Amino acid sequence: MMKPHVLILHATGTNRDHEAAWAVEAAGGQPKIVHVNELHDRRAYLQEFQMLILPGGFSYGDALGAGRMWATDLRWLFQDELARFIESGKPVLGICNGFQALVKSGWLPGPPEHGIQATLTRNASNRFECRWVWLAADPGSPSVFTRGLATAVYCPVAHGEGRFVPRDSATLERLRTQHLIALTYTSAGGAQAGYPENPNGSVAGIAGICNERGNVLGLMPHPEDHILPVQHPRWMRGEGGHLGLPLFAQGVRYAAGH
Amino acid sequence: MEFRVEVFWSTDLPDGRATHLLARLERLDIPPVPQVRISDLYFLRGNLSVTVLDRLAVELLVDPIVEGYHLQPIHAPRAGDGALAVEVGYLPGVTDAVADNLLRRARLMGIGGLEAAATGKRYAFGDSLSTDDLHTIARELLCNDVIQSYSLAPFRPAFVPHAEPSTHVETVPLQPLGDSELTRLSSERVLSLSLAEMQTIRDEFARLGREPTDVELETLAQTWSEHCQHKTFKAEIDYSCQGGLSRVLPAGSQPEPPYDERIPGLLGSYIRAATETLARPWVRSAFEDNAGIIDFDDDFEVSFKVETHNHPSALEPFGGSNTGVGGVIRDVLGVSHRPIANTDVLCFGPGDLSPAEIPDGTLHPQRIAQGVIAGIEDYGNKMGIPTVSGAILYDRDYAANPLIYCGCVGLAPKGSHRRDPQPGDLCVALGGRTGRDGLHGATFSSAELTHETGATVGSVVQIGDPIVEKAVLEAVMIARDEGLYTAITDCGAGGFSSAVGEMGRHVGADVELQDVRLKYPGLRPWEIWLSEAQERMVLATPPGNLPRLQAICDGLDVEWTVIGRFTGDKRLRVRYDGQLVADLDMDFLHDGWTASTMRAVWTPPDYAEPELGSQPDLTPLLLQMLGHPDVASKEAVIRRYDHEVQGATVVKPMVGAASDGPSDAAVLKPLETGGWQGVALGCGINPHYGRVDPYAMAWAAIDEALRNIVCVGADPDRVALLDNFCWGNPRLPDRLGRLVRAAQGCHDAAVAYGTPFISGKDSLNNEYKDPQGEKRAIPPTLLISSLGIVPDVRQAVTMDLKAVGSLLYVLGETRAELGGSLYYRLHESLGCSVPGPQPGAVETMRALHRAMRAGLVRACHDCSEGGLAVAAAEMALAGRLGLDLSLAHLPRSPVVDRDDVALFAESSGRFLVEVAPEDAAAFEEALAGHRLACLGSVSAAGSAEGGDLSPGPLSAPDPNPLPVTSSQPSPRFQVRGLHGDTVIDCALADLLRAWQPPEEL
Repeated sequence: MMKPHVLILHATGTNRDHEAAWAVEAAGGQPKIVHVNELHDRRAYLQEFQMLILPGGFSYGDALGAGRMWATDLRWLFQDELARFIESGKPVLGICNGFQALVKSGWLPGPPEHGIQATLTRNASNRFECRWVWLAADPGSPSVFTRGLATAVYCPVAHGEGRFVPRDSATLERLRTQHLIALTYTSAGGAQAGYPENPNGSVAGIAGICNERGNVLGLMPHPEDHILPVQHPRWMRGEGGHLGLPLFAQGVRYAAGH
Repeated sequence: MEFRVEVFWSTDLPDGRATHLLARLERLDIPPVPQVRISDLYFLRGNLSVTVLDRLAVELLVDPIVEGYHLQPIHAPRAGDGALAVEVGYLPGVTDAVADNLLRRARLMGIGGLEAAATGKRYAFGDSLSTDDLHTIARELLCNDVIQSYSLAPFRPAFVPHAEPSTHVETVPLQPLGDSELTRLSSERVLSLSLAEMQTIRDEFARLGREPTDVELETLAQTWSEHCQHKTFKAEIDYSCQGGLSRVLPAGSQPEPPYDERIPGLLGSYIRAATETLARPWVRSAFEDNAGIIDFDDDFEVSFKVETHNHPSALEPFGGSNTGVGGVIRDVLGVSHRPIANTDVLCFGPGDLSPAEIPDGTLHPQRIAQGVIAGIEDYGNKMGIPTVSGAILYDRDYAANPLIYCGCVGLAPKGSHRRDPQPGDLCVALGGRTGRDGLHGATFSSAELTHETGATVGSVVQIGDPIVEKAVLEAVMIARDEGLYTAITDCGAGGFSSAVGEMGRHVGADVELQDVRLKYPGLRPWEIWLSEAQERMVLATPPGNLPRLQAICDGLDVEWTVIGRFTGDKRLRVRYDGQLVADLDMDFLHDGWTASTMRAVWTPPDYAEPELGSQPDLTPLLLQMLGHPDVASKEAVIRRYDHEVQGATVVKPMVGAASDGPSDAAVLKPLETGGWQGVALGCGINPHYGRVDPYAMAWAAIDEALRNIVCVGADPDRVALLDNFCWGNPRLPDRLGRLVRAAQGCHDAAVAYGTPFISGKDSLNNEYKDPQGEKRAIPPTLLISSLGIVPDVRQAVTMDLKAVGSLLYVLGETRAELGGSLYYRLHESLGCSVPGPQPGAVETMRALHRAMRAGLVRACHDCSEGGLAVAAAEMALAGRLGLDLSLAHLPRSPVVDRDDVALFAESSGRFLVEVAPEDAAAFEEALAGHRLACLGSVSAAGSAEGGDLSPGPLSAPDPNPLPVTSSQPSPRFQVRGLHGDTVIDCALADLLRAWQPPEEL
């Protein structure tokens, strides 16, 4: 099988580009980190790639709100290209800051014509939080990334603005009925999570959502930081499994077959 | 026209920011505040229509899901709720990264009319408060007048004022000046030059037949400064020793007889001498570069640097620590390494100090701590560098002088660093723009500076913009890999003057200041040359490589400027608009100063040992120790630092069943290196020992820094150290005498342990006037940071107990060493019997390391503050398991005959080690010949007798350990004393409660 080419979009201030690339490689893809300016200056072309990742970090310092200015990049600089990419069904993964940018540009839950339908705002604790969380996937979700995910994913969050708030209760209802809430924070045993298992106070414990077609997924936690068993915080206690790798593997597999 | 946009929280969900502020308001002496509403303010100046302003607000300023906004001309009456409010904004010239980004983004959107922007905050309170209360709130919590101002009326921003470029260069006549006038000139201009140095400069210019310019005088003052030359560490010292622990091993066995000695220099005689004596082949750079460098493996090398940023952090805690982190990262960039980890060690005044106890003119310790931690969080997290190691100490004597040690570790392919600029190479400045930031460090008060220069106030304190540095980092890494530069250095203290002067030392340089990009006009040439503006690096680039370097920088939005070239004539020439404003001989600039002779006296204090009655039940004391701020859980702080980014943190700062145990050290396995080798980072610090004898403090700090990383699996024969001294005024013989003792301790311990120093730094003159007007120095505080190689990270060990039935061993001898201990301090005493050197400690560490490599160790923890009792309790807490111990066979010196001494003594060189019962024989054999005893075993819930002795199910542990607050009986922590009586007995849940602080910072 050909290794799909995966573009990791780097904006000034994103900082988990290399881990995302590492995860893609481990998942059988060919990653390339491309700066926003390279796309803008036509030194690289989105359409030449089979998958897109918007990685974590602090694009433009998160000045004016996390992911906000990056979202304006997506809307003003790459709206048409991104629309073509997404509408052709190619997979897009936004992690942390990338998730914030996708939500704040209207791509999640999408489509952007419906306006901004949610936000990721300051954590309820009012603090940056770096801690490991359990994620349960909705088996009914159309997301190509979480499809067939057999076990919960365990990986860290590291953010100050990850509190998912939908525009209104109708939006939340739609996310639920259409199974767009692809990933939910849970306790270790799978029960509903309070703080700190839900580290930011997200409404309905929402950790990640996808679009209706399922080819765009955004999530606050960092599955790319749990690719190796020794990254688990308690590997020396014999704990393991629940890697973040399957999310990337599913995405890459889907990209290859698409 | 000027406009104001107020963005407010508009949903029913609670606003975390407001909740957090309300909690902090509770600590102020004001009536209860039922609610507060916080808004972000944006001030916009320009020819802007309402349509454009609305577009700006909707597209950039407001989150439509949770926020609303008001837009109005700045002078219009505020359409508002009439509530009492405080509005806070920045002083002109202070870096406002959000406003800068807003301007940039508006230009991208094609909104050309926006000329200037500023940001602020509005805090609206209910009407339960008086205006006096509002002033209290503003001063205590909301506004730091070093960088901000506030108003109870609508805030009026002072946009950066318009100013003409200034070309004024002053000639400073020195020839007519006598000694007292030279001294006065040095002090008036904050040159910090001694009379002898001023005379040297005067005579040199007499020889040249002219007077110096202000640029020349400032350049000389900067280059000859204590900060850049470490004059104290290079000075000849007449030293008089009046006693203390003997330097002849076994140290401490005899008191030191009085003697006098002339020491050629602390750095050469002790610190460097240890490195030279040890001559470790894997040391690649020690004391030569911006950071020390050692071999990692066949392909990579690692670097480490630790800096302090104490005074700036005392004035403006956020900006001070923020730029402290930014600065030490640039040190690592300055050796062409990619930063892979940050460390921070912080010393604050007690958080519960009453307002009356706070030294005049200083912020409350809690506010300093909050600001400093937020500043570290901001810079480290935004740079994408994990903050993985550190410590926080609290002591009254740090209230006026907090200590902020910031460290950075780098990684690079071997031989990446280049440091030989060639004649003809261009001098290229990358990164941030130049402003008045940090001129003369923080010695000027802001008021004086504003008054004297009519300029902006941003001069004293630097504020960072980490995203600018992040982009610079990326550009430098590409330029390095493509071999585009011949030398690189950071702009730190002394700015371009220091960077270019140092880089061009052996070739010479010619610089044009007019080409430097400025934040705002109006800087005089010497100000441009000396500015300590952040986020700047200087590269020496062959002209042929410039187009490629330019393309890299442009692609990453990094500003760059060619500011001059390297010449080959060994002169430093500085021009402004073509006019020569400085012309100095490099040899005179760097070597013209003469080391002075200083006087030092060491007299050991005659503190007495306290007479403490013995108590049959030591449980309350243990609980008190666990709740002491130095020992209590730091989870609330650590979780604010991203310790996972880069994916390399395989032993995290917190470990154990609930991931909250205090790890001895962090272990990193960088993704780009092959194999399983990793690095471990640790530290040792204990100022209380230094109050008694800095020599002992140095031994203890080195021992602890080394033990920390040996605990997690570092090879004790592959460890390098960094020394950071924070001290009082070295011109006072008693302060310098303590420094001599500490340097001697560093030397003797480093040689004994085989651990070379690769880098160090000193921060002197940490003194303040107490309320009686008496000058007091901070306690002599030596931080030792350790960097070690872990041969295989899959064999790394953590400190949390792993399994019921394991045996717990103690390794090393417990002696009656309680001087400076937490135990004595809880009794308001210091004592005298500080921990002394442990002969044979390194051999014990080697044996322990071999046992770890053989897989015989389940958990390992060092005994430090609070002694054996606290260490054992921490292991139990972290593992959420009980312990059943007996001190009957504790290896100890004969005079240890009391249980409190046995449990709380802080003797060096000791480890607690958890071993599976089936490995006990092999472990004991591996440690044969060392002081070792089994103290007991890991017990199950509710067990009094050590419980089930079958090995714990290491392969299949409970993935979801139950919180100990559940109905299931809590494991117990029990210790029987030297004579068999139970001296500690409590539930693990009690330990947890004591150790977890009730309120988060």
